[in-house]
Amino acid sequence: MTDWLGPQEWDALRLSLRVSAFATLASLPLALLVAHALARWRFPGHGLLNGLVHLPLVLPPVVTGYLLLLTFGRRGWVGQALDEWFGIVLAFRWTGAALAAAVMAFPLMVRAIRLSVEAVDPRLEQAAGSLGASRPWVWATITLPLILPGVIAGAVLAFAKAMGEFGATITFVSNIPGQTQTLPSAIYSFLQVPGGEAQAARLVIVSVAVAMSALVLSEWLARRAARRMTGQ
Amino acid sequence: MSVSVALRHDFGGFSADLAFEAPPGVTVLFGPSGSGKSTVLNAVAGLLRPDQARITIGETVLTDTATRIFLHPHRRRLGIIFQDGRLFPHLNVRQNLRYGRWFAPRGARSPEVSVIEMLGIGALLDRAPATLSGGERQRVAIGRALLSEPRLILADEPLSALDEDRKAEILPYLERLRDELRVPMLYVSHAPAEVARIATTVAMLEAGRIARIGPAAEVLADPAFAGRGREAGAVIVARVVTHHPDGVTELQAGGPPLFLPTPPAPPGARLRLRIAAAGVMLAPGRPEGISALNLLPGTVETLREVGEVVLVRLATPAGPILSRVTRRSVRQLGISPGAALTAIVKSLSHAPEDVGTPTPAKETTP
Repeated sequence: MTDWLGPQEWDALRLSLRVSAFATLASLPLALLVAHALARWRFPGHGLLNGLVHLPLVLPPVVTGYLLLLTFGRRGWVGQALDEWFGIVLAFRWTGAALAAAVMAFPLMVRAIRLSVEAVDPRLEQAAGSLGASRPWVWATITLPLILPGVIAGAVLAFAKAMGEFGATITFVSNIPGQTQTLPSAIYSFLQVPGGEAQAARLVIVSVAVAMSALVLSEWLARRAARRMTGQ
Repeated sequence: MSVSVALRHDFGGFSADLAFEAPPGVTVLFGPSGSGKSTVLNAVAGLLRPDQARITIGETVLTDTATRIFLHPHRRRLGIIFQDGRLFPHLNVRQNLRYGRWFAPRGARSPEVSVIEMLGIGALLDRAPATLSGGERQRVAIGRALLSEPRLILADEPLSALDEDRKAEILPYLERLRDELRVPMLYVSHAPAEVARIATTVAMLEAGRIARIGPAAEVLADPAFAGRGREAGAVIVARVVTHHPDGVTELQAGGPPLFLPTPPAPPGARLRLRIAAAGVMLAPGRPEGISALNLLPGTVETLREVGEVVLVRLATPAGPILSRVTRRSVRQLGISPGAALTAIVKSLSHAPEDVGTPTPAKETTP
């Protein structure tokens, strides 16, 4: 089984899984906050935040990648500060690939969570408050369980999007085998050299399998949550 | 423990300005929609911050704008019974019931078993709220509110989402709450029949003001506050004397005995009787040979025209009762204040007596 994929292909798969998992988990708390803010709160700049979150969805990925390079690159204003103060370098590292994937997947995650937050009846939260639960308790015991199917759906969608992210990643962190070469970058590379079609095809099969498993898993989790709600 | 509410709030176009004391028992806030019932309830619950208010339960101050006290809703320890139940869909019945217990102070907890037994929901504990009937859901909601050890129960039209059969299913449980657990309750309603069964005290609201407040029997028998007439009715309290073998029970409420088809109450028990104004005929003298068993002599106190009909308040030995008659009858019988008439009571509905009612008869009974 291990022989089926070559070392470079294994590296690409491992890196993609790591980048996607990291991007999904790290952006989840922020996505929850932003989704709540967009669904529930009224504040100046509501429309601006909404636009900003959705921007990567409509911008060409290359543009997003270039903007990331300008901001988080070694000479970008954020990138420089991160390097000087924390010694964190994002450009041309796998962490940069994770950032690019997270930014690209963020609108999908926020959308799914926002929809489920909007579907929660605020009167249930009010009822929980009347029974003595403080705000954080209400959130943990009522809101979170009720939005969980949406959170799972959003996370899976974001993970799948991160696995497939190409344009912004290659612009921001390039395509260095073993360091920043994710699955899509590897497929692209293999297609550029003569005789690489077989390797590319194997990675295509892997991509399809990972995407399918993610979808099946999310479907199963969502159905389980729904079953609990209707008591069957 | 009595509840004291004084509040003033301007909604822009509608303003509420009222103050009242709710003695122990069930205080019903009664009035048409838009009269300010929900404003009062929301202010007590802490869901509304009135412009000016002072709200206390016993010694505890919930809201006092003068001293800038505003207890957060979750610190008020109120059990709210919502119109729509609002059970948590992701928790089963047992978990729903225990939700408020988590946050209730330790010790002085009423035993869970007795509440579950009283509400008859023992068989439902493992079910999901989505599988319950409307009546079952509301019983669980009542249990959940009770088990959070509330200082006060707020009931926001808890029966209005249910059909007549379900209402009849829930009312006895609310009565047991009032009579057995003695939890003070603020109860919002606009259904006169419901008010007659549950209320110890009635506060009539009109356009954001308290139009009248007093013991249920007093307020309900006042023609000026009897509403549109169709649903008007008085409440009297009677004691079961004896069950006759022909299925009729004799009751004593003062004056001549009253009779009604045997209720499930032993001799000596006290019942609250609701006498609908539409079920009371008036006759001069003492009519003979009629099918109605209950004849109460009385004196006319007041009359009030409500549209095409007239509500007559009659003082009887059993207490004030209301009769709904036509204007023509008023003219033909010469009904005017001071006239002596006999009330022929065709229909009586009954419910266990509210022990909170401060009737003099009750207090002299050992």
